[in-house]
Amino acid sequence: MITQIWQWLTAPEQWSGSRGIPTRLLEHLGFSALSLLLAAAIAIPVGLWVGHTGRGRSVVTIANAARAVPSLGLLFAVAMFVGPRITSNLAFVIPSVVVLVLLAIPPLLSGADAGVRSVDPAVRDAAYGMGMTGREVLWRVELPCALPLLLSGVRAATLQVIATATIAAAVSLGGLGRYLIDGLAVSDYAQMAGGAILVAALALALDGLLALAQRLLVSPGLATRPSQRRHGKFPRARGVAGGRGRVLAPAALTTHGRDLT
Amino acid sequence: MTWVWEHLGDIGGYAVSHALLAGIPLLVGLALALPLGWLARRFPRVAPVIVGGSGLLYTIPSLALFILMPLLLGSRILDSINVYVAMTIYTVALLVRSVVDALGSVPEATALAATSMGYRRVGRALAVELPLAVPVLASGLRVAAVSNVSIVSVASLIGYPQLGYYLTDGYQRSFPLEIGVGIVGCVLLALVFDLAIRGAEWALTPWARAAASSSAAGSRYSAIARRWRNTSTRQSEGVGAR
Repeated sequence: MITQIWQWLTAPEQWSGSRGIPTRLLEHLGFSALSLLLAAAIAIPVGLWVGHTGRGRSVVTIANAARAVPSLGLLFAVAMFVGPRITSNLAFVIPSVVVLVLLAIPPLLSGADAGVRSVDPAVRDAAYGMGMTGREVLWRVELPCALPLLLSGVRAATLQVIATATIAAAVSLGGLGRYLIDGLAVSDYAQMAGGAILVAALALALDGLLALAQRLLVSPGLATRPSQRRHGKFPRARGVAGGRGRVLAPAALTTHGRDLT
Repeated sequence: MTWVWEHLGDIGGYAVSHALLAGIPLLVGLALALPLGWLARRFPRVAPVIVGGSGLLYTIPSLALFILMPLLLGSRILDSINVYVAMTIYTVALLVRSVVDALGSVPEATALAATSMGYRRVGRALAVELPLAVPVLASGLRVAAVSNVSIVSVASLIGYPQLGYYLTDGYQRSFPLEIGVGIVGCVLLALVFDLAIRGAEWALTPWARAAASSSAAGSRYSAIARRWRNTSTRQSEGVGAR
């Protein structure tokens, strides 16, 4: 069985043409990136605003409760209602993108909100005490301090979108999910398993990249993990003195490193 | 709506198998995650491997994992064991992190007091730390339960019978009511799991209620209880659910 999967994965016809792996991979990434950007444009500003003002928290609660709706059900329901109303070739794409956006919103929203809320009140007070306006506090203190949880939300949303874009092949979306669904339809296990390996590899690679981005973007003063801090490997001063200086103000303001993970 | 009444028996049957496919892995996963999380706390050196490694498993999309299961288990593609094992993997992936956080929420003073009362390491973990870790653990379990109920429905694409069947069948027949039944069924089932875990948490944490009710004498305890609640709220709003 392993050899059959390997043969499928390495066959030359798999690596060219409109049904080849490169095309399917680009489709998968394209739909996912488009949906994530749209969802981020909606959810992150709202989440930051809710976290900053403390108003409209019910929006986050409702979005979180909506996660109980199975993604497969949402996909089929939207595809059935929206699909027939669109006459162009986009009839297969738009419903899927709508669902991917809807599914990416809750993790992004609660990540941004929880991130801002997790900021040490003393840090916020210090920033106001230094004479910053509300807008400055949000941009220069709360946002950098919120990055660990905000980016965790981005990671969760990315995985959700990649996974659901795979399932969306069942409503005729392109992408790597095609191999899983088409292989299933003709009982070609080698194709299904080959596609599944590609999807899993894509998800793992993206998560690794985002973890790396998280490490690079988050101020070192915030990034110390609790286990490291307990053992005193990273003294608290590191964020102030030895940091890369990307977001110096909040790092300097974080007098006691809080566990934000 | 008559369709729903006519098929009430089938719906009930599918709901039961859905509950089993989501619930049994939840219990098995918890049983596996507890010792793993305890090990991660006990040996901080291996903690990144245990927590990070189990977290990686959650990144694998569900449909891909269901399809790859026969390859790993040597089972047939339509064996329900594939779904049980895949769901157990997801549960462990979510819960190991929760167990580590939950054990971390036990105040150090309490653990030290237990040691000085003569508890050995394992006895202390089971008799003192585990009961006190229940609130944080329960919130992690609730996230995993909702996630499991949603992911199990994906298995209907491969043909395992459960509530997800109404989603795929309703789509193929262009029958909105049937999809509605599938969605509402899944949401209700997730709600049942959520309430059951809340109930179990309530039954297992009489000390939390005692701390909340004795207001005058218990100000110190209620401070601890508040800290617990904060940790568990943060957990339940955690961004890990898929």
